[in-house]
Amino acid sequence: MPKLVIDGKEIEFKQGQTIIQAAKDNGITIPHFCWHESLSVSGNCRVCLVEIEKMPKLAIACSTTAADGMVVHTASEKALGARNAVMEFLLINHPLDCPICDEAGECKLQDYAYSHSVGESRFVEEKNHKDKRVPLGPYVMFDGDRCISCSRCIRFCDEIAKDPELTFVKRGDRVTIVTFPGEELDNPYSLNVTDICPVGALTNRDFRFKARVWDMSANKTICQGCSRGCNIELWVRNNQVLRITPRLNEEVNSFWMCDHGRINTFKFINAEDRVDGPQLRKEGALAKVEWEEAYNFAASELKKFSKNEIAFIGSPFATLEDNYLFAKFASSLGSKNIDFIRHTDSSFEDDILRKEDLTPNSLGAEAVGIKPGKDGLNLEGIIKGIKEKKIKALYLIEDDIVAAYPELEEYLANLDLLIVHATNFNKTTNYADVIFPAATYAEKNGTVVNFQGRVQRLKPAVSTVETDRAIDGMSMSRLDKFGTQYDKWAQGAKYDAKSTWKIIAALSNVLGNKVKFNLAEEVFNEISKSINSFSGLDYDVIGELGAKSKLQTSEKIVNA
Amino acid sequence: MAVKKRKNELTFLERIYIVEIIKGLSLTLKNMFKPKFTMKYPEEKFIPPASYRGRPVLVMDESGEERCVACGLCSRVCPALAIEVQAGETTREKERYPEKFEINMLRCIFCGLCEEVCPEEAILMSKDYELAFDRRSDALYGKDKLLVPISQLKDRIEFLRGYK
Ligand code: SF4
Ligand code: SF4
Ligand code: SF4
Ligand code: SF4
Repeated sequence: MPKLVIDGKEIEFKQGQTIIQAAKDNGITIPHFCWHESLSVSGNCRVCLVEIEKMPKLAIACSTTAADGMVVHTASEKALGARNAVMEFLLINHPLDCPICDEAGECKLQDYAYSHSVGESRFVEEKNHKDKRVPLGPYVMFDGDRCISCSRCIRFCDEIAKDPELTFVKRGDRVTIVTFPGEELDNPYSLNVTDICPVGALTNRDFRFKARVWDMSANKTICQGCSRGCNIELWVRNNQVLRITPRLNEEVNSFWMCDHGRINTFKFINAEDRVDGPQLRKEGALAKVEWEEAYNFAASELKKFSKNEIAFIGSPFATLEDNYLFAKFASSLGSKNIDFIRHTDSSFEDDILRKEDLTPNSLGAEAVGIKPGKDGLNLEGIIKGIKEKKIKALYLIEDDIVAAYPELEEYLANLDLLIVHATNFNKTTNYADVIFPAATYAEKNGTVVNFQGRVQRLKPAVSTVETDRAIDGMSMSRLDKFGTQYDKWAQGAKYDAKSTWKIIAALSNVLGNKVKFNLAEEVFNEISKSINSFSGLDYDVIGELGAKSKLQTSEKIVNA
Repeated sequence: MAVKKRKNELTFLERIYIVEIIKGLSLTLKNMFKPKFTMKYPEEKFIPPASYRGRPVLVMDESGEERCVACGLCSRVCPALAIEVQAGETTREKERYPEKFEINMLRCIFCGLCEEVCPEEAILMSKDYELAFDRRSDALYGKDKLLVPISQLKDRIEFLRGYK
């Protein structure tokens, strides 16, 4: 392999790589604004200027191809001088109002002003002003003053979202970003520009001004919006999810995620209609009861039905662990009527990230046993059975069958028993006799399988009544660490909800089938022992970036 | 240092008391005619100098609006985590403002770091030292109690500028 020397360190590189990429692959960061690993090189910010021996002038590391034997200095007097000059130049018309700016704390310009600039400006003239608060599209707000014209957003739209919507107009210090006439920045991936914008010029309208980055904790987990399973971080303050950002995983989503996942997959967690504590229907109305009472009631009711009168509906929204124990529970009652509801929308799919299967775990649910047993009823059969009153009891987890099949509404009322695990009240819970409050994906440990057959981990980010940020390994902000019960900013709502697998385990115990699991990890270990597709996997192997299972995957998941 | 040994026995003059009482009373009498250092608080109030660090207050501009832009730096720097700021968006030139600004006076240790860090000269240490509460919730001061017209804070601002 060819080699080059950066600041006295010899590194290897692949033929054709640029200096900046070669350096990055070896853990050396050369300062940059406009360069982005996944975008084309534009070379306009000039902050990556480095000195290369035997070259007459400084060269930009982002567009200079590395050559064997090259000797590069990133911190020589000349290189530093150039970098300082570029910083001073970039800051000439920059408003320097970080206190007001929403990017403060995660701003590259702010960081570099500390680390790569002399901290003084010789510019005494009045700064020029551009348009502020320009909505570029439904989700993105633009502030012309703060823009440093790096063109990352333009290149993102052209190259990744494949929907050219943005462009530069004007020249010199008047240059600014606009959408093409008649266009809006409304591609399904538009919010990624707010992540790659190195400054506060492009901000997320859904999150602007909600919180300072340093007041939140970032928690690694998986998006629930479709079967891609983009790797994400949930940003939490005071036990509330405030925003989602993508997390790099080259196997799944690279640096990106779609706007649907970013905007629509977390608001239910802190919504008004969360189920808080188990509910039993008493004299027609739902009443909150103790867990014990709900378990006992559900167990004694379930015993009243023969195995052919009960049906079970698992959930592609629930984890492997949840579905596995649920399937086991169904078979312990002798029932073979078990299936789950598919949620697909072919118009959602594109050839970038989005998949037509709108659930995070349908492959996994099926693999751990959510499929009809021999001679058992599938979903269609169950629905028919309910209509024909052959099915008298239905046990449904983490789904809304009435929303999926509105015609079922009138029949559900006729069921003798309807047990539901739900995170939020929905159309189906209206008819439930027992509701167990299910923890949301942000409140539990577990695993999901994406469309590639990749097993990925969910980790808790929001605490419930029974969990604790520190003990359950959630990341902690300063506010989390020091808040007390007397501080308003540490009293965010906590719901009395549990992971579905925990509820099932407790219910099994009441019914006399001893199930001894204390952690989701223990359930997963049993899955990996008993189901061949998952053999060899455990939570450590899966880690933060997931691991391939042996599941056969078909790119298309057909609607049942 | 050689320690002077304390006498165990009183002398005769001390033992008869009269002399000592006269000595003591004459000291009292002398001081009765000297200028006083104490004051009759709370009838009479102590007005501290500009350098005093009483409870933090927010500056209300001539226009009747707060100067604070809800940057959250005071909240970040506060060693006692006394300050909670929730930003919001306005149509004013400075687009960020504190929708909610609360200082927990039971947490505040009157260190003045919030005042020092504020980029907008929006939070100042006042002369108010009368902070007694009989329930925790009373100690949470919101914007209604924190905002003070700038005219009342002139001497603190002058004092601070002397150091910048
Ligand atoms: S873009 Fe960065 S440097 Fe500019 S005002 Fe915002 S935080 Fe400060
Ligand atoms: S592509 Fe799917 S998994 Fe990725 S962010 Fe969008 S909805 Fe979520
Ligand atoms: S004076 Fe000190 S303790 Fe009190 S609010 Fe300000 S920074 Fe916090
Ligand atoms: S530091 Fe000043 S401007 Fe910032 S939030 Fe505190 S009082 Fe407001």
